[in-house]
Amino acid sequence: MNAEIPIARPAVAHRDDAPAAPKMSIRHLDFHYGAFHALKDVSLDVGEKRVTAFIGPSGCGKSTLLRVLNRMYSLYPGQRASGEVLLNGSDILGPDVDLNLLRAKVGMVFQKPTPFPMSIRDNVAFGVSLYERLTAREMDERVEWALTKAALWNEVKDKLGQSGTALSGGQQQRLCIARAVAVQPEVVLFDEPTSALDPISTAKVEELIAELKSDYTIAIVTHNMQQAARVSDCTAYMYLGELIEFGETDELFLRPRRRETEDYITGRFG
Amino acid sequence: MGAERNAIYRRRVLVNRFNLLMSLGAMAFGMLFLFWILAVLFGNGVAALSPTLFSQPTPPPGSAGGLANAIAGSVAMVAVATLVGAPVGVLAGVYLAEFGAGSRFADATRFINDILLSAPSIVLGLVVYIAWVARVGHFSGWAGSAALGLIAIPVVVRTTENMLRLVPASLREAAVALGAPRWRVILQVTLRAVRGGVITGVLLAVARIAGETAPLLFTALNNQFWSTDMNGPMANLPVVIFQFAMSPYDDWQALAWAGALLITLAVLALNVLARTVFRQDIH
Repeated sequence: MNAEIPIARPAVAHRDDAPAAPKMSIRHLDFHYGAFHALKDVSLDVGEKRVTAFIGPSGCGKSTLLRVLNRMYSLYPGQRASGEVLLNGSDILGPDVDLNLLRAKVGMVFQKPTPFPMSIRDNVAFGVSLYERLTAREMDERVEWALTKAALWNEVKDKLGQSGTALSGGQQQRLCIARAVAVQPEVVLFDEPTSALDPISTAKVEELIAELKSDYTIAIVTHNMQQAARVSDCTAYMYLGELIEFGETDELFLRPRRRETEDYITGRFG
Repeated sequence: MGAERNAIYRRRVLVNRFNLLMSLGAMAFGMLFLFWILAVLFGNGVAALSPTLFSQPTPPPGSAGGLANAIAGSVAMVAVATLVGAPVGVLAGVYLAEFGAGSRFADATRFINDILLSAPSIVLGLVVYIAWVARVGHFSGWAGSAALGLIAIPVVVRTTENMLRLVPASLREAAVALGAPRWRVILQVTLRAVRGGVITGVLLAVARIAGETAPLLFTALNNQFWSTDMNGPMANLPVVIFQFAMSPYDDWQALAWAGALLITLAVLALNVLARTVFRQDIH
């Protein structure tokens, strides 16, 4: 593996094209928490190397949907999904899918920063060492590369041996992003990544997402509509477990097709 | 209106003052006895301390001696019980916390562990006596270790499970989200996050078994002489204290005080160690 990931296509010039090839396709997805029907017949495509945002009021199922994309729900008995979710064309909901390999391809960043109780360096190296045998030098390079990607390298390069839990909240979240990026996944899921952060850290994470888009497919759940408008290419509005509207972000925010979407994005909801 | 509210407020202040006074009184009542016991123990124990405690075995009445055999026996049996019991307890605790969700077997294990936790230690000693000592026909240090281990294991199981349950689900999910298999998540992330608490649990279990007398009466019994043979009867501090304190001889009673002080200091040291060095917050 190279320390530098080649940028496969120009970062600009893609906005107005026809919808990019789907990286993940969700087809007639239903989800149940025990008896509760949390997602109802959801279908949409997550475009490759684009940012897809999921918005909607609390309890609408947007986080649930995100947790289907890396099968996180499989940790918990009583939660089950039916339908199809294709990653590169193959279904990830099947019983014989290797969940560890899936999660190595589909990384995730959580709402609250979750640094592991180990050094900054080991936090980043943890995921890498699960799937790659690297020499100490290669690992150092990978750690630097990932921390640079996450715009954290300059702040921590002199204290890589210190505990990751000693960093500030915003730094911890960028450490978690570095950790997710370090394993070079194909898709990165962000579950309300800035809701526990101050405005300056939020701005940094948003910039980061915009930059990561050139290499990774990104799905982000957010409570913040302005954030969705700022960082995403496509937006999905969900309500009570249903996908109400899905389209290009500019379209959805400027000319929503559905009345419910308009009510929500203009704040007239409820 | 205002006056009425004042009356309510005044009443609240009085109630608050009364309750504060009562709880301070309750605390003082408890502390009084604790410090009384400690004062008597130190008063009698310090006078009986001498270097020969650590160099000579328990003497016959009327001659000089120490507690060397009892100290060595206690250390050996507690060490064996801990070395065997701690890993078993940690593994069982990990099972209950990480794999036991919604499993009947785990529920049953947890229930039995709780019973074992509160079982009188003399019962555990009797069980080992019947199952082991009576069968092989002699008392032994190994049997003593087994009885102590049975007391230590449930303590470690309980603290390990409780600590692991404090780990936020998000930390576990974060490790899983990187594609880590379960055993690595547990070993390198969750168990590591609470290692201070788990070590504290082990130390508290050691402190608990260091002073146990009843289970040793039926298993290791006692030995007047210096012995490192775990296969035979073994001297130990609690039983020596029990035997010497009940005796009519002044020098034996002095040794009992010294032994009691040693155990108390050791347990105190373990508790302080557990609460300072290994104290740590969950993130």
